[in-house]
Order: sequence, then C-alpha cells, then structure tokens
Amino acid sequence: MRTRLVTVLLALITAILVIPGPAATADEQGGESLHGQILNPEDRDQGVEGIRITVFDGEDETGAAETDSDGMWEVELPGPGTYRVVVDQESVPSEFVVREGLIVDGETEVEVEAGGQRPLIIGLERPGASDDDSASPSEEESEDSGAAAADDEAVAPVADSGGSFGERFVQLAAAGLLFGLVIAVSAIGLSLIFGTTKMINFAHGDMVTFGAMAALVFSSGAAGLGNSLLAIFAGLGVAVLLGGFLEGRWPRAVLITAQWTAIFVGIALATVLGVMGDAVGWSVPLWLAAGIAVLMGAVLGASMERYIWRPLRHRNVALIQMFIVSIGLALVVRHVILVLFGAGRSRYAGYQIQEPVRFGPVEMAPRDLVVMAVAVVVLVGVACLLQFTRIGKAMRAVSDNRDLSESSGIDVDRVTLYVWGLGGGLSALGGVLYGLNQVVEYEMGFRLLLMMFAAVILGGLGTAYGAMVGGLAVGMVAMLSTLWFPSQLMQAWALALMILMLLIRPQGLLGRRERVG
Amino acid sequence: MSSDETNVGVDRMADAEPVPGSAKPDPILVADGVRRSFGGLTAVDVGHLEVQRGTITALIGPNGAGKSTLFNLLTGFDRVDGGRWTFQGGAVNGKSGHRVARAGMVRTFQLTKALTRMTVLDNMLLGAPGQFGERMAGAFLRPVWQRQERENTRRAMELLERFKLVDKREDMAGSLSGGQRKLLEMARSLMTDPAMIMLDEPMAGVNPALVQSLLGHITSLRDEGKTVLFVEHDMDVIMGISDWIVVLAQGRVIAEGRPSDIRSNQQVIDAYLGAQEETAEVGGSDDD
Amino acid sequence: MDILSILAESTRSALGPIAAIYALAAVGLNFHFGYTGLLNFGQVGFMLVGAYGVGISVAVFDLPLLAGFAVGLLCALVLALLLGVPTLRLRADYLAITTIAAAEVLRLVYRAGFAEPLTGGVYGLQNLSSGFRALNPFDGGTRYGVGALAYNGNHMWVLVVTWGLVLLMVGLTWMLMHSPWGRVIKGVREDEDAVRSLGKNVFGYKMQALVLGGLIGAMAGCMLAVYQASIQPDQFKPQVTFFLWVILLLGGAGRVFGPVLGAMAFWFLMTFTDGLLKGFGSMGWLPFLSGPDYGAIQLAFVGLLLVVLIVFRPQGIIGDRKEMLINVK
Repeated sequence: MRTRLVTVLLALITAILVIPGPAATADEQGGESLHGQILNPEDRDQGVEGIRITVFDGEDETGAAETDSDGMWEVELPGPGTYRVVVDQESVPSEFVVREGLIVDGETEVEVEAGGQRPLIIGLERPGASDDDSASPSEEESEDSGAAAADDEAVAPVADSGGSFGERFVQLAAAGLLFGLVIAVSAIGLSLIFGTTKMINFAHGDMVTFGAMAALVFSSGAAGLGNSLLAIFAGLGVAVLLGGFLEGRWPRAVLITAQWTAIFVGIALATVLGVMGDAVGWSVPLWLAAGIAVLMGAVLGASMERYIWRPLRHRNVALIQMFIVSIGLALVVRHVILVLFGAGRSRYAGYQIQEPVRFGPVEMAPRDLVVMAVAVVVLVGVACLLQFTRIGKAMRAVSDNRDLSESSGIDVDRVTLYVWGLGGGLSALGGVLYGLNQVVEYEMGFRLLLMMFAAVILGGLGTAYGAMVGGLAVGMVAMLSTLWFPSQLMQAWALALMILMLLIRPQGLLGRRERVG
Repeated sequence: MSSDETNVGVDRMADAEPVPGSAKPDPILVADGVRRSFGGLTAVDVGHLEVQRGTITALIGPNGAGKSTLFNLLTGFDRVDGGRWTFQGGAVNGKSGHRVARAGMVRTFQLTKALTRMTVLDNMLLGAPGQFGERMAGAFLRPVWQRQERENTRRAMELLERFKLVDKREDMAGSLSGGQRKLLEMARSLMTDPAMIMLDEPMAGVNPALVQSLLGHITSLRDEGKTVLFVEHDMDVIMGISDWIVVLAQGRVIAEGRPSDIRSNQQVIDAYLGAQEETAEVGGSDDD
Repeated sequence: MDILSILAESTRSALGPIAAIYALAAVGLNFHFGYTGLLNFGQVGFMLVGAYGVGISVAVFDLPLLAGFAVGLLCALVLALLLGVPTLRLRADYLAITTIAAAEVLRLVYRAGFAEPLTGGVYGLQNLSSGFRALNPFDGGTRYGVGALAYNGNHMWVLVVTWGLVLLMVGLTWMLMHSPWGRVIKGVREDEDAVRSLGKNVFGYKMQALVLGGLIGAMAGCMLAVYQASIQPDQFKPQVTFFLWVILLLGGAGRVFGPVLGAMAFWFLMTFTDGLLKGFGSMGWLPFLSGPDYGAIQLAFVGLLLVVLIVFRPQGIIGDRKEMLINVK
C-alpha cells in the first residue's frame, strides 16, 4: 500500500515539475484586478445597478466600471501596487449612501498584490443609519442573518409601534411562545433518538430543512423534481414499512427481495417522472403539502435508521464514530438540498402578508395562530402517544434503559425504527411551521438545531417531555432577550442558558442523575 | 474445604464483634451515614461501617444491593446525597476520584478498564504517582523526567514479573485476555502504591484456571500489609480468603462478621444465600 | 479539459498556504480528538477568534501584528475555558454540542450589526497584512518555485511561515506525546475513569488539551487573516470544522504527521474535484447543474468522505489498521 502510494506520488511530482509554469497557471496569470458586488442593504439578494467605480493610480485613471444588474463590478489593473478607488456618489440611488468605514467620502486606497484578484467591499446603507444603530434592532442592520432577519419581522411591529414596555413584553412573550412551540415540535425527535440510541443526531436540523423544502415544492407546484422525490420516498417508505411490519413473519430472502424491489421501482419511477418533467405538474394547498412533507420526513428518518444507523450499531461502531457519521450525513443532506432546491430564500405563497388579529395587547398574523394551534395539538398528541399507547410506552422504556427493555422482550430495533420515523416526521412538521413563521432556506435547519440543542439539554437529554419544556423555555428566553439586547444575540442567549444549565444541573430540568460504573 | 484452614492460623478480626456497624480495633476506613438514591429509589444507605487495616474484607449482597454504588461513592466516582467518611484519619468525602486515589485508596472496575490502545508497560507506568513529566511544562524537560521514568519502569517490570505479564509488556493492552486484563488492572493499581485496594468483582469473567492465581495475588497483598476490600459473587472465593465479610441488602448493611459467623447468620441466608439457592435450583431444573 | 494541468493545480494547492493553514488548525484538532478523545465540533470558533484578534487589533486599533497574534491567542484561551469548564466533567457529547453551537453563535455575533464598529459586521475587516509583508524577505512581484509549483513572493512568505509553524507544532506534538504527559492524555482518550482511579486529575488534563489545541487553532486563524489580508465572518462557517475533521481522519487521528498529510491530501482532492467538475461542466456533461452547484456537490462529497472514512478506515489513509481494530468499546 505504502510503496504504491509513494510511486504514484513520485510520478505525479515529476509530471508536474516538467509542465511549463505559465501554461499550468494560466488562470492565475489573468492579471490583477479589483472586483466586488454592491448589494441592496434592504434585500441582500438584490444587487444595485449602475454605480460607477473608478480606479486611479496616483492621479492617472487606470480603469472604471459600472455595476451590472446583479451589482457585480470588476476593474482590470495593469499590475500590482496601491490604487485609489473612487465611488461616484452621484450614481448611487438617492435612497442610499455609501457606508462609511473603510471608504471615506467615497474614496479608499487598496493594495493589490501580484496576480491578485482582490475583492473590495462597498456597502450601502440608508442615510443616517449608522448614527442611530443602537436605538432599535432596525431592519438595516439585521437583515443579514436569515433567522435574525425573520425574527425581526416578527418583532418589528413592536419596535415600530414603540409601545410601552409592558405591551412589548406581552407581544414578545407571544412570539416567544410561538418560537418555543416550533422548537419543541422539532426537538422531541432529537431527544427521543438520543434516548433510544444514545446518539446525538447532528443531521436533525437538516431533516427540518428537508420538511420545509418539501412542503414548499408541493405547495408551489411539483413538477419533475417533486415527482421524482415523491417516487423515491414512496419506494423507501414501502421498503421500510415492509421491514417494520413483516420482519420475522416473512422468509428473510423474500422480504429482502421485496424491499429492494420497492426501492428500485421507486428509483425507476423517479427517473421516468424526472424525464417527463413539467408534463405532470401539480400542486396542492399548503396543509396537504405539509402532510406529504411530514410523511416524507418520517420516511427519511426511518430509512436513515434502517439503512445507516442499524447496520452501524450491529457492526459495533463506537458512539464517537457515530457522531462523526451524523455530522457527515448532515453535510450531505444539507448540500443535496442546496443542489436540489437552490440557495434562495422563499416563503410559502399566499401566507406572506396577512392582516394581524388583535387579542388585547397581542397582535398576531392568522398564520402564526395556526402554527401555534397545530404545534399545541401535535405536542398533546405526542404526549398521549407516549403515555397511553403500547408503542409509546415501549419508546419511553427503551429511552429509559435500552438493555433492560431488550431483556424484557421489547423489540428494541423496531422501537428505534418507530422513534426515527416519529422524529423525522415531527422535524419535518417543525420545518414547515418554522418556514411558515419565517423564511425557507437551506441553512434554516442548522440554525434551529442550535436552539434544539439548547432545548434538549435544558429539558434533559433523552426525555421527550424535557424537549417540550426546554423548547418553550428557550423560545421565550430568546425572544424576550430582544427587549433589552440586539436580536442577533438571540442564539447567544440560548447558548448561555444551555451552558448555565450544564453548570448547575447537567442532567437537565426533567432528567435524572445517571448511575456511574 | 480448605477455606477454614486459611483463617485458622490467625484470626485478624478477633477483637471485632460480628454485628452490623461494629467497631474495629484499627480501622483504615470509617464511613457514616452514606446515602445515595436514584430517582426516589434508595440505592445505598449505610449507617456505620469500618474496615480493619491489613485485612481482606469482602462486600457481598444480592444483585442490586448497592455494592458497586457504595464502591463508587467511597472512591469519589459518584456524588453522595449525604454522609461522611474518613480514610487513614483524613476526611475523603466529597473529594473527587483522583484525590481519593492519591490519598491511597485505589480501585479497580467491574468491567475491566484496560487502556486498550496503549502498551501493557505504558498502562503500568501511568499508575506511578508524582511524575514530574506528567506536568505539561515538565514534559519538555526530558532529562529531568527520564531518571524518574527509569525507576518507574524498573518497578513496573517487577510487578509485571510478579503478575506473569512481563512477556506481554510491549503488546497493546487490548490484545490481552479477560483474565490478563484483570491482572494488569490489579498490577497497575499497585503502581500507585496504595494503602488500600478496592477490587470490584475481580473474578468476574476470569477463566477458572486463573482464579487460583488471582486469589494468591490477593492474599499476598494482605500479607504485604495492604488492606483489601472487594466485591464478589462467588461464595467459595469469599469464604475462602476473607477475614471479614460485610453483607449489604437493599443498600443497608444487614450483617458483618467472620466467614463462619456469616455462614450461620439467618438474616443473610434469608436475604442472600436463600435467594441464590433458589436461583440455583431453578437453573438446575432448566438444565433437565 | 487538461487533466495534467488540473493535477498540477491540485498539487499546487496541496502545498499552498491554505493547506498549511488547515494543517495547522488540524494539528490543534489532533490534540483534541486524536490524542485526548475530545469531540470538538467547533474548531472554526478558535480560528475565528484568532483571526479577529489580529483583525481588530490591526485594523481598528492600529496595533502591531504581534500584538494582534497575542490578542487572538488570548481570546482562544478564554474561549477554551468557557467551553471546557461546564462540559469537560460531563460525557463527551456535551462538549460536541457546546462547541458546535458556540462556534456558530460566535460567527453570528461577530457579523451582527451592533458589533460592526469592532468587527466590521458582515463586511469584515481589511488591510491586515502590511505588518507581515514588511517583514517579507521575498520580493512580492517575483514568482518563486519550479514549473507549475510557483507562488508569488507574498504567498511564498505566508507559505514558509505557516508550514514553519506547522512543523514547529508537529514537533511540539511529538515531544508532548512522547512524554509522561502524553501518556496520561492518551490514557484519558482510552478510558478516563481508569486514569482517574490512578490519581490523575482528568479534568485538568482535558482542559490543558482543549486549551492547547484551541491555541493552535487560533494561530491558524491568525495566519488566515494575514494571508488573505482581509477577513469576513462568513468564512468561518461550520463546514470549516468539518473540513478539519476530514483532514484529521484522512491523515490519521492520533498520529503526529496525520494532520499534515491529511491537509495535503484533502486540498489536493478538493482542487482536483473542483477542476474535474468545471471541466465536465464546460464540456456539457453535467446537464442539470450550474456553477454554484459545484461547490455544494463538493461539500456533499466532503460529508460522504467523512462518513466513509470514519466507518471503513478510521485509522486514516496510511494508518495502522491493527491499532484501531483493537478499539472495541
């Protein structure tokens, strides 16, 4: 192995050393340049067109450029050195000014090194924005981070109306309750999965994103992509269900054949549907799309368990290794979602602008009320499931003590499969609710994951009820913190709460101290 | 049984009364009111317990009696709900595991904890106390710690010789058999030069051929003046080598005494031996 | 598509400054995971505080570069203590959760509007490397090297200093790990209760390892700031940490030269796949994908690599299988 590697390396190095330099590094020899992108401060996805930028070498003009429709610009330079860059203030749209900082009075000096293609950041802002940025979490300064931006929109009416402290408190508490419910719904699965398998599913956030994205696709019109996904998940779902129900009842060979047939039929169907593309376009109302998304989330969770985690457990892969696998899976899922659905931020059509409903001091959009109602119903439903049904009791038992449950005759693998299915479905639902309240984009789940971590640790890792309590507490604290602190610190407060909990009661609010040894 | 003969020579516990919580003439460990509960279930509630210096004391009891929990509590591996205990006259309650170990009370584990991806010799050297090179800054001063290292290696080799592991010294500890790991763990804890050694089920999972030699090692520890406290299930072993036996049931000490006292103690028979015979009978009928 | 020039470019990046910076950060992670068994999923947080230590000192307060390095390292020390004190007494997974969350929260805080006077918000900080370039013995305009493996003077300077630091830290790793201190650290990785039962202060050792690895990570962040002459908060996304994990696992965790080999192999692979994807794209072989997707595909590939490595070759590409196989826990 080693000698082969060394031989290959040596050959490679020789080959590279004999390649003439300029040919190989052609793209780097493209010459020095300055480039950048000027964005609309109110909507980071929009560029600002028509801003003129001139570059001087001493007093001589060496080049000029104007931003295109995406706000992109580039100036070729004759060589390395120090250049003076001037932004034509006249060409800046009248509602904005050039942000002071690096650039003073529209001018700045930059040093460009040999072969360097240097980005230069030119920011715009509303006139006077930098003077009063401490006054309130204004839109300008916080639209950058998706979560913070969207949260601000929930917060904004309060800040704008400038109501009394009491009114803002009540309004934010309502927003916190909403946020907390969403966190709770998403986090139950995380906590139950930890309870049954002692594994932290770092991919849980991306399962949330998946749910939100799937609902978006089916509610806004599922053509080739949506149909293909549906076909693949149907195949996987059938396979997992067959395994879940018929394991031990059917002969093993037949079962496995049936499962793989289902999967391959799904894939074949997906290919056909994908090729047909827009020919079979359809769309459903959001509530139905959400239902489909939840089912697909459940299938995603269950098939992860069936085809990744169970084999790994049976191979006796150590827990630490499992954590790393789940991190890797998170990367895969997140970026497959990015490739499939793109990096844009979108909202569910038809629910963006709504006349708020007033309840005493609290003002809420009807969609938020629906989100809360759905979350409460689901939480109560899950609690009933855990408390009163056989499978729910089994889940709690396995969560409590896996070995004991196994020796008392519970089919632990099957329970774990159900837990993953339940967790996947709930996280997908959490994604839809979160997306309804805020925006849908490919990193939304990861940000929610941080909140979920805080929630499950606060409530007690491994307990479903702990995740509910923790979720509510984290949502409340995060929202109420914006009364006194900038909204971008929301996550920081959640983290601080979590660390505090670890210091004083590491087992969480509802957790039990564990036996050692 | 040969068990009685071993104790015939000297009765090291002649002055102690065989009642729960009895006072010993020269206790090395004295515990008072040690309590620990898990979610409402009381795992350990020991009123008063003394362990005589220089003896082998066995801790027995049915499954779930709290033997291992008591071990964990005394050695600082678990936090108590309440209670105080002193070791060699100094209070050790509330101290963390490594401080208890430094005070001279060293334990082994029920599930052997060999450091699998380290060599047997490295396992041993890790036990040596007060190493200068174990401080981060000290690690850079190679000449200073190397002298200490040579001395520790010499001691480690002696112990490995005694525990018949010397041929394995360069092997990864993970490649040893279960019994060898037990021996390694015992040898490693001796590297710390403890006054008292606490063995958590030293015979569990050990091949019967090795049991005799393990027993020999335990008695020779006592003969060197060390105190041994151990948890064990095998009654023959316990009766054979213990000087004193403490019986735990449902977290409490229900009886104490010499092996002969315990054997005739009705409470113990009810709580423990009876239960064991019952299961033995059930096991026997299953075989048919 | 010119496969040879893609190979050449890949080799160039395998030896380049970025690979060196990642190697440095991975040496730190090797202390955490490879030797001590700490699950640090937020190494990028240490790089971030290091980079911003330099950035804020140099760009905002006009302090000399060395002061910037000192500030960066100090921040890393504080961060390590903040992360370690609550979590290192608990099970390994608590550290994992806390580090991944803390690194991301740090990024969000550094890019937030209210922090803009110090951190430059989303725009970051610029003009950071004049102090470093003033010391440059190479000529910024000339290219150094042979054939395709040539770097301009400024990059050469960063490259020499960073690889120098990597070697220094590798040397430090070797010395520490071949001492009794290293023996305790490895013991902690194997079983911390056993080590505790022998009278070693496990918490203290874990903290020392966390701090040391964090400081090395911060050093990598400092070099990143110096190399790019500018920093933006969004460079410090969680995937940087996952790159470092892949690097560590590629090279072999718990081996002195693992991070170095891993970083070279990783950046070779990254540049190579990037070149291939672009090449296929320009030949029209990738019908459904556009330019920005290539990056995402690569990241998905990184994730897959992480999974495959940890399951099938946890000992790394050149590691000793025997040693890892023993690890049945």
